[in-house]
Amino acid sequence: MEIPYTVTARPDTGLWNAKVGIWLFLASEVMLFGGLFSAYVFLRLDADPGAWPHGLLNVPVGTMNTAILIASSVTVVLAWASLKMRKYNAYWWYMLITILCGVIFLAVKLAYEWPQKFDHFGAFIKKDKLEKYEQYLGNHHLAEKGLPPRTEISGHLHNKEALHDENVKEYEIALDPVNADPSNPQMDRPHFLYVPPTDKVATIEKEDVEYANMFLPKHSSYFATYFTITGLHGAHVLGGVIVFLYLWLPVSKKLYKRNPEHLANRVEVAGLFWHFVDLVWIFVFPLFYLL
Amino acid sequence: MNETHDTLGHKSAVVDVHAAPDEHGAHNVAKHVRKYLMVGATLILFTAITVFLSYVNFGTMKANVAVAMLVATFKATLVAAIFMHLSNEKRLIYRILVFTAFFVLGLFFLTYLAWYDPVNRFNH
Repeated sequence: MEIPYTVTARPDTGLWNAKVGIWLFLASEVMLFGGLFSAYVFLRLDADPGAWPHGLLNVPVGTMNTAILIASSVTVVLAWASLKMRKYNAYWWYMLITILCGVIFLAVKLAYEWPQKFDHFGAFIKKDKLEKYEQYLGNHHLAEKGLPPRTEISGHLHNKEALHDENVKEYEIALDPVNADPSNPQMDRPHFLYVPPTDKVATIEKEDVEYANMFLPKHSSYFATYFTITGLHGAHVLGGVIVFLYLWLPVSKKLYKRNPEHLANRVEVAGLFWHFVDLVWIFVFPLFYLL
Repeated sequence: MNETHDTLGHKSAVVDVHAAPDEHGAHNVAKHVRKYLMVGATLILFTAITVFLSYVNFGTMKANVAVAMLVATFKATLVAAIFMHLSNEKRLIYRILVFTAFFVLGLFFLTYLAWYDPVNRFNH
């Protein structure tokens, strides 16, 4: 059976069917991401002063990934335009670049950004013990400047067994720059370039710690929302790449030969989804990386 | 132009699918390519501007968030209007989106209400 209105407009809607379908789907996607963004807003507004982390993600890498996603949005719209102009070769190349951009974006996220977080450690100090660790927190300096206090000491955990072994009574941490030199005014705001943990090692007694963990979703509301939203977004990128692969493979050239307008419409619909994924990232990037 | 009846019984015109058939015809599309490239460049430029502005101290964090969201909204509008062709779309799509906007704003409003009556405070 021939599927109707893949190319021509349906009289009652004035549109070919897939166009209406994708927009209804995107409307539901707006609600899905909208729910998660409201959770972010809610958790962030209700966090204690200074408790919402700032500058934990790698800004140059995030900026590069943003540019890659924008570039892929351009190439997918050019791929569609090439089909409209009946230039299959140009379409093939633009689609290939789009797919590669999607793959690079995912690779950076899954092979670099996330694992780096999983390997990072943070310990929140009990309120009545903050003074004891003043040399790593620099709260006197922050109070003088009217800035909110720090409660977390972070870096690379040397003795990972401390996470599970109750007989180990302390954490040994190679400190992040901010905790190694906390009274330095340059540490008041995050750096643009990522600075790895220093050689300076601090010993923190477990009984002084309110809560400690690797930078996993359970570490904090920040990382819970970060991993949920970027994870769902990454799943969308993966979905987009799979659809683009199908539209790029020889099987779709058969459709092109039979009905090029049908393939152009499929690319337009997949492209609309891709632009939406780009649009979500436009908000994710500043909210998690910069603010 | 011939007419056929499809499975729903509607009449539809048989068109030559190998020619460019509608308002997005080949000639029109060629004109838009330059625009797509310009929009892409603008988006990347404004990404750099967003990063730069985040290192400028606007007094309070709320002010910095407001500035960043303003730039992000501008970028999102460009993507929606040009890449997603919303600047020139059929009425039905706008109708769908009016409902979407209404419900998503309602959702954020509920969050806002909840913030004034929290269950408990979070430490981190």
